[in-house]
Amino acid sequence: MTVPQAIVIGCSAGGLTALESLFAHLDPGLPQSIAVCCHTGSATVDLLCELLAKHAALPVEEARERSPMQGGVIHVAPSGYHLLVETNRRFALSVDQRVSFARPSIDVLFESAAEAWRDALIGVVLTGANSDGANGLLRVRQCGGIAIVQEPLDAESPAMPAAALERAGADYCLPLADIAPLLNRLCLP
Amino acid sequence: MNELADNAKTPDTSLDDIEIELFIRALKLRYGYDFTQYAPASLKRRVLQLAHAQEAATVSELTTRLLHQPDFLPVALEGLSVPVSEMFRDPDVFLALREQVLPVLASYPQINIWQAGCAHGQEVYSLAILLEEAGLYDRTQIYATDFNESALRHAQEGIYPAREAQLWSRNYLAAGGKHTLADYYSARYELIKLDQRLRRNVIFANHNLVTDEVFCEAHLVLCRNVLIYFSDPLQDRTLALFRDSLVRGGFLCLGTRESLDFAPSASDFTPVDAARRIYRLGPRGTGKE
Repeated sequence: MTVPQAIVIGCSAGGLTALESLFAHLDPGLPQSIAVCCHTGSATVDLLCELLAKHAALPVEEARERSPMQGGVIHVAPSGYHLLVETNRRFALSVDQRVSFARPSIDVLFESAAEAWRDALIGVVLTGANSDGANGLLRVRQCGGIAIVQEPLDAESPAMPAAALERAGADYCLPLADIAPLLNRLCLP
Repeated sequence: MNELADNAKTPDTSLDDIEIELFIRALKLRYGYDFTQYAPASLKRRVLQLAHAQEAATVSELTTRLLHQPDFLPVALEGLSVPVSEMFRDPDVFLALREQVLPVLASYPQINIWQAGCAHGQEVYSLAILLEEAGLYDRTQIYATDFNESALRHAQEGIYPAREAQLWSRNYLAAGGKHTLADYYSARYELIKLDQRLRRNVIFANHNLVTDEVFCEAHLVLCRNVLIYFSDPLQDRTLALFRDSLVRGGFLCLGTRESLDFAPSASDFTPVDAARRIYRLGPRGTGKE
């Protein structure tokens, strides 16, 4: 089995609280690159990074176009842009039309990351109020990556995890509290 | 650990990639439009989106149309072009232009501004309003360029969906607007049409950043969220083109999330307001008379 090298995480409504609790329990020694797409409505990416950094065991930064995805860093998609991963594993941005009514769109991040990292990727879909991320998670699985979905009944907004399960299925479907321990297990040698 | 239904199967991704490469190659060979230096991930999405919108079963079908149906070219270019913006997008940038750049431009007897990649023209009209309110428009020439003819026609018309007006009005006020945006357009049915007087000093021209050269001497170049679609070498070539177009001490304004970290040509520019991606040509202190 391939050791995962990158993790992509998507969420919307209720996502900030979910991410805070997830990041608080990640092992600070994780070597993987992490990229997050969270529809925040009006919150700027600066604020989002600031709030997440308070709780995270790992450094949190805004994802910058053309910069490599760094191991052991949580990169956050900027507001108003799609975040993509090129096959050279550097970030790219676009202001193309919204996908699933969202920009940044989880589908866009997941689909491009799946092609860049192939089977070395883990995709995580958490609480959220629409179906963004479902197509992306399917792509992650098609490229051989691992899919983790928050148990819809455990999510503040079940629509997003439910849509992901329906469209893509999952390798693991768990309550939020169990996701960080699972990531630590999958990601540490 | 739950074992869940698995409806995933392995697609032949490389096939998509081959077909997209052939399509881009055909566009270049047949018509000279060169997208080979575009950032691949978003270009791929756009080509697949175009295939989907055109109800083409495969990208190869698009390639066939491109080669054999001349009227398909504008459709293809529209699908691959700079996406549509909004008026006064990132109002704080327009506020910074108003407060930090226009006072300097005011010292020139004649002001030339180049907006590269103008798409449907929302930013051209925003600029014109900014200049009008600063009392500078009558001695300004704006060159609004794009490689896409149909976008240029759109920009020239200045007609937009009325549903946009609310957001644009908010942006305009946040950008330090002195009136209301409604003073600059007339609304009819579901559309707004911008005051045609705003166009009086705009020249809309076809210019392709990938292949064309310097065509004017500019005091300000505005090119927001175009370079994000370019690979590193093309980004660098374009920045050199901007450098060669600008007067000494001229200004460059890019998109607020665009990064110059991988562009050697960026060393020619000095940040004026780094967060808003406003730069000035020349080392620190240039332009201080």
